[in-house]
Amino acid sequence: MKNHVWRPLFIVLAIVGAILVARTVLVPNDFGIYERGYMYGWHRKSNEAEWKAFKVKYKTAKGCVECHKVEYNAIMNSGHASISCENCHGPSYDHPNDPIGLNIDRSRSLCIRCHSYMPYKGNVRGKIPGIDPEKHYTQAQCVMCHIPHNPKPMNQKQEVKS
Amino acid sequence: MNRRDFCKKAMVAAGGVLIPLAALEVFNPKRLRAERDGKGKVRWVFLVDIHKCVGCGFCVKACKVENEVPYDANVTRTWVERYVVTKDGQTLIDSPKGARDGFTSQKIDQAAMGLKEVKPENIAKAFFVPKLCNQCENPACVQVCPVGATYQTEEGVVLVDRTWCIGCGYCVMGCPYGVRFFHPVYHVAEKCTFCYHRLCKGMKTACVDACPFGARLVGNIRDPEDPVTKIITSEQVNVLKEEFGTKPQVFYLGLSREVK
Repeated sequence: MKNHVWRPLFIVLAIVGAILVARTVLVPNDFGIYERGYMYGWHRKSNEAEWKAFKVKYKTAKGCVECHKVEYNAIMNSGHASISCENCHGPSYDHPNDPIGLNIDRSRSLCIRCHSYMPYKGNVRGKIPGIDPEKHYTQAQCVMCHIPHNPKPMNQKQEVKS
Repeated sequence: MNRRDFCKKAMVAAGGVLIPLAALEVFNPKRLRAERDGKGKVRWVFLVDIHKCVGCGFCVKACKVENEVPYDANVTRTWVERYVVTKDGQTLIDSPKGARDGFTSQKIDQAAMGLKEVKPENIAKAFFVPKLCNQCENPACVQVCPVGATYQTEEGVVLVDRTWCIGCGYCVMGCPYGVRFFHPVYHVAEKCTFCYHRLCKGMKTACVDACPFGARLVGNIRDPEDPVTKIITSEQVNVLKEEFGTKPQVFYLGLSREVK
């Protein structure tokens, strides 16, 4: 057979070879088929460790009690016991080292997440004491009158009563 | 042999030597065996109790902060939907900002139709449905990935390799539950990871820890003593869009037929 017939074949083989060489350079060593098989488990194994190393921000209320015992016990004996400290005080990261202090969310918008009244009978939301945020002391922060760590009885703060 | 032939043959031989044997390996039967024997001790599942959800949205807020999903961008890994069924048979659904700030208004956002207010006496039933990635046993999003950037771990969690994703968007379209989106910062596919970094440390997911009402629970279905497993195996639970055959692993208590 003539030389010009073989020439395209050599070119194709060279391209395939180049792709295979490039693949070994570009594809990470730990890229392969793992526990969930070829269809679902084909991936770079070290990415799992990368996701595991992702930083935890919300450390839960477990650590809070060590230093803030009074506040912790107050809320634990109130109707707000099931609300995590971090829901209002923000994620603790590495508090008390970093950050030294947390930013407390005292805004109305935080409280009305649950306490904006909804007329939903048969749903728990309809049973939570609620207000109309557009009518109930619209200029005030909820915490000016209500104590979030001990919400009952309502309007508990002394300065409000007098 | 003339010089031309010699050069050609030398190049072919050199090319052949350069190709390592590993590069020719496309399938390795030994590695495939992992699929058959891959029965781990842990399989994370999620349980949502719709009866308990009040739509406060603390879960969405915690998820966004914990997982560094840009707070003000209109994307979220988990969200809460409000369903209001009226007595004349209408079903109104909304999820303002994915319920990041909770549901604080009785007005239901109907997009182009504006805000709609239903009179309390006209409400037949109303409830809130938290949604998140179903971490399917047969994840459609993983099947369609052309580069192996998204995968399922041994524990059943579907993750995305951010360095490997090419941003083709097949998985975003392939997910029947619409839980995937593009991360506004990394420009790659993004999804709920079941807080993989927390579960592997023995913690619960950020949304479970943030929920004050116990509407969200996470557990290990392979552990018969796990309280979540006990509920799933002994109570009337349901899943979303079972007809797709994806075997979703987020179970719902009190799921109503209006939920899509």
